[in-house]
Amino acid sequence: MSQRVLMKGNEALAEAAIRAGCHHFFGYPITPQNEIVAYMSKRLPKIEGACFLQAESEIAAINMLLGASAAGARVMTSSSSPGISLKTEGISYIAGSDLPVVVVNTQRAGPGLGGIQPSQADYWQATKAPGHGDLRVLVFAPCSVQEMVDMVTTAFDMADKYRMPAIILADGMLGQMMEAVTLPEDRGRQANNKEWATNGHAGENRNIINSLYINPDELEKIIRDRFARYAEIEAKHTQHEEYALEDADIVVTAYGASARVAKAAVRDARAKGIKAGFIRPITLWPFPKEAYAKAANTARSFLCVEMSMGQMVDDVRLAISSKVPVHFYGRPGGIVPAPEEVLAEIEKIAGGMN
Amino acid sequence: MAKDLNAILAGFGGQGVLFMGKAIATAGLLEGREVSWLPSYGPEMRGGTANCAVCVSDETIGCPVVTVPNAAVVMNGPSFDKFVPKVEPAGVIIVESSIVSAKVCRDDVEVYYVPAMELAEKHSLQGLANLILVGKLLAATGFCKMETMPDVMKHIVPPRKAHLIEKNFEAVQLGFGL
Repeated sequence: MSQRVLMKGNEALAEAAIRAGCHHFFGYPITPQNEIVAYMSKRLPKIEGACFLQAESEIAAINMLLGASAAGARVMTSSSSPGISLKTEGISYIAGSDLPVVVVNTQRAGPGLGGIQPSQADYWQATKAPGHGDLRVLVFAPCSVQEMVDMVTTAFDMADKYRMPAIILADGMLGQMMEAVTLPEDRGRQANNKEWATNGHAGENRNIINSLYINPDELEKIIRDRFARYAEIEAKHTQHEEYALEDADIVVTAYGASARVAKAAVRDARAKGIKAGFIRPITLWPFPKEAYAKAANTARSFLCVEMSMGQMVDDVRLAISSKVPVHFYGRPGGIVPAPEEVLAEIEKIAGGMN
Repeated sequence: MAKDLNAILAGFGGQGVLFMGKAIATAGLLEGREVSWLPSYGPEMRGGTANCAVCVSDETIGCPVVTVPNAAVVMNGPSFDKFVPKVEPAGVIIVESSIVSAKVCRDDVEVYYVPAMELAEKHSLQGLANLILVGKLLAATGFCKMETMPDVMKHIVPPRKAHLIEKNFEAVQLGFGL
């Protein structure tokens, strides 16, 4: 068992990525994810054959990922909200080329340059439209520094397995905070001998990586095949956490940093005799619809807590077919809600039910 | 089972409040407990007010955001005004009285006034006022064992300042003995 260390979320994620065999990183600075870029710039040049490159822009960086991934490399970039917007075109091309990459979004407040404090206002972007076209990307939502570490490894493996982009949707709080964390063993560089990779075939069995299909019949088939893969992922790889749901009247739900706050509020509500329970999606896509649908059979209402004006709340309502009321409590603009605020909302809802 | 610590450390950027938090969190880590360290970041770190929230517990840390601390170390006026009212009843407040002249007008908390900067000057521990305050916090709350502290210093003092490890520990001891 390796030793626990105290690390910032951003740094721990970067180290875990290297240990997962990611030896290629292309990025551009932006608060509050700079520690990832800085960490990679220190570590990767010391590894033979590895490449750290600070690109001239976020757009350049994401397209370098496309190239490196096409050549079979395990590759990552990171940014924060405005920078992710710039990367969306590239993400679409990568999805359209069936390439595995990992993109980290340490979210800050938007829109525009917004602010640099923690936010969850990019849920829609990550889960609905990470780029143009009919596409999905894997979206992982860590809620602790340990999960920042664990999920980056899973994200690489899943991205490779299904040949698609994966997003780690973190936020400024998770990126900046330190917690005790156990790092995984170093797996060394992951071989780039993927059978589809364009890594030099000298005239025989050439591989082509492309996202342009002029013939609609051909493109329709490719998209349908891709969606069959997405369906398999939804069936096999949806993850969530549950707490105190058995007899819950009110189900509180949140992801990422706000899930830490919401779960604390649920514990406080229980201590006051309120039958509150908790669901935390660990994968935002695929979304744990069934967990919500099941909870809606017994719960009388839901409360979705986000650091935004309400984005995931839409998916919660869809998951339960609006069977019972879904309330919302959010703090936009870079403010992390306090457990007392969430508890007050739970108490208000509990009062209204009696 | 030791008591949970949910502390706020606050002052000007440059006074070393983030480092204080790191010392406390590292102590918890070395004693095998659960810890979290949540800093303010951004413009606050460049001369404005900086603060960090540190939790140490035997259980998994639920929420790393500390809104009702059971201990606060305040090292400037704005931090005094902001955090003194938030400390929970029976909590501990330590005031850097070389900088803050105000007095706490609450009788439900345990208050210590420590002129840390003056003490640091007097004992040739310039720049280590923050660790004098960590020592006082240790005495007041027992967030770790004193024996753990030398090891903490070895972990958190950067290599280029390794020659100051002993001085850092001296500062903690000085604060502890006040």
